[in-house]
Amino acid sequence: MDRIIQLALSGIANGAIFALVALGFVLIYKSSDVINFAQGELLLIGAYLTYTMVEMFGLWWPIGVVIAVVLAAAVGVVIEQLVLRPLIGEPVISVIMVTIGLSSLLRAIVGAIWGVTPRPAPQFLPTDTVTILGANVGVDRIWAFGLAIALFALLTLFFRLSREGIAMRAVADDQQAALSMGISVKKVWAVAWAIAAITAAVGGILLMSIFGGVSGTIGRVGLLVFPVVILGGLDSIPGAIIGGLIIGLLQSFAGGLLPPEWGLGEVAPFVILLLILLVRPYGLFGQRIIERV
Amino acid sequence: MQSGTFHTTYASDVSLRPYWPQRIRIIIVLALALIFPWFADRYWLNLANTIAIAAIGAIGLNILVGYTGQISIGHGGFLAVGAYTAGLMAVHLGAPMWITIPVASFFTAAVGAFFGLPSLRLKGLYLAIATLASQEIIIWVLTHGKLLGFGESLSLPRASNNLFGLPMEWLGNNDFAFYWVCLGALILTVIFVSNLFRTRAGRAFVAIRDQDIAAQVIGVDLFRYKLLAFATSSFFAGLAGALTAHYRGIISWERFTIDTSILFLAMIIIGGLGSVSGSIYGAAFMTLLPALLSNLARALSDVVPNINAYLPYMQQGAFGLAIILFLIFEPEGIVKMWRNVKDYFRLWPFSY
Repeated sequence: MDRIIQLALSGIANGAIFALVALGFVLIYKSSDVINFAQGELLLIGAYLTYTMVEMFGLWWPIGVVIAVVLAAAVGVVIEQLVLRPLIGEPVISVIMVTIGLSSLLRAIVGAIWGVTPRPAPQFLPTDTVTILGANVGVDRIWAFGLAIALFALLTLFFRLSREGIAMRAVADDQQAALSMGISVKKVWAVAWAIAAITAAVGGILLMSIFGGVSGTIGRVGLLVFPVVILGGLDSIPGAIIGGLIIGLLQSFAGGLLPPEWGLGEVAPFVILLLILLVRPYGLFGQRIIERV
Repeated sequence: MQSGTFHTTYASDVSLRPYWPQRIRIIIVLALALIFPWFADRYWLNLANTIAIAAIGAIGLNILVGYTGQISIGHGGFLAVGAYTAGLMAVHLGAPMWITIPVASFFTAAVGAFFGLPSLRLKGLYLAIATLASQEIIIWVLTHGKLLGFGESLSLPRASNNLFGLPMEWLGNNDFAFYWVCLGALILTVIFVSNLFRTRAGRAFVAIRDQDIAAQVIGVDLFRYKLLAFATSSFFAGLAGALTAHYRGIISWERFTIDTSILFLAMIIIGGLGSVSGSIYGAAFMTLLPALLSNLARALSDVVPNINAYLPYMQQGAFGLAIILFLIFEPEGIVKMWRNVKDYFRLWPFSY
């Protein structure tokens, strides 16, 4: 029983991080119809920037984290301006391939700057554990969960109350109508990429804590975004949250309860992905606009 | 010099290469391909073989993506199926190459048709994500192969490299002997695929790409032809995979991850979607780019210390940058650039 609770808790914590990453992905898709294969590299950049600010430059960690997150947002905006802006209106495959090329380029840049040897996680991240319902849970995982929830609350408020947030919802709803109401769609896209990069950076910092260090494996999580967003619905923000939690739990239970040599934790999300695509391609909460043939 | 399209007979209208300049160009290219191995050292032969094998795989992917319009991010998985089928047959049955390669190709075609099933309900983006899932599932099967009775990496017995009982060593060293096998396979592939798009099935593929609903209205059986496209595409992936297995002699799953799928997609995008020659240009470009970079790094190693440590990142970065720059500045690929060059000379001194 303890083991089940343990698996459930760690699954929820991982799921919260997946949900954060997926949230950025969904934002970009909703506002500009771009499928971002470079989401995992944004995680990587966020984690490495934080590492650099705190460990290498020796900044006080809250300042280091803030600087890293701001830099990550800047990277997101630059990517949108330089790479995706010229491809507006091009076929799906071009947009997919350009983000794939981008992920390769970003990974190369990260590798050239920071190398491949894993770096230890910065000191400020907690390493001790607490006991909840008889199961040992790392404090970092609780932090991850709490931060993810806090960020969601913040973003929800942003979308409900702020001018930019409402403009983003308008663009997601109908680009042309938004344009004719005087909303700058270009600005909205830039904001979407900035937010996506910020959520990815926070996710990267949390993953750095859970993995106990920074290395290229953090970027692998980027692929897991696909099961999450397809399960939740590609264009649904609540879907990203629920999808993230479900995939986190699924991965945790499939990897922890079944024999470990099967390695089902890695493949189970993708099997689910294939099944959902066949049965319910718009996911749990997505709009049913998918075209069938 | 050809200045327009003037057909006087029906035979010239339907022929693939109606003009003498085109035919002479093909003869020159073939002659160069026949002369090349006698002068090249093993380094260049190895590159040529890699390009030929990659070109076969890229042509296969182009059938699916460029001609039928079904995006697949699972091509690496199908290469793996071909390589492992050939490898397992050679290891466990002691089967020779001329049996394993065709069997592996047909088996991969069957697997490809199976993983093409989602295409009957999905298209575009959703299909791309579904093929991504199939890639991950195939790799999982390979890495956890012990459950199914085979290990993670295989090394093929040298004796399996024989053609109709004739050992490959008889032809010369491994690279030289395989040059002829790879070249032969590539030529057969090019002839088959160039003619494929003049048949009923090929026309159906193109119709599906251009407008699937319209294709269905004029009587194209979407179910049948989409699966056929997946099967044909995977057939060539299997052929390329099986050739890789026999040529390298050792295979492991790391060679066929999602990065391989992406590499092949990059080849056809950079070469030119929906073009057989474009697939070959793209395969050559993507194989030569890292090789050129490593030669460059070696040449500069005296001037710039430590450059070799950065080589993998330079290669990966150049790969990503090439994709991005081509998509932004020449989305139709090398084929279009080559056509622009030809048009310039054909229309000179006018600009159009």
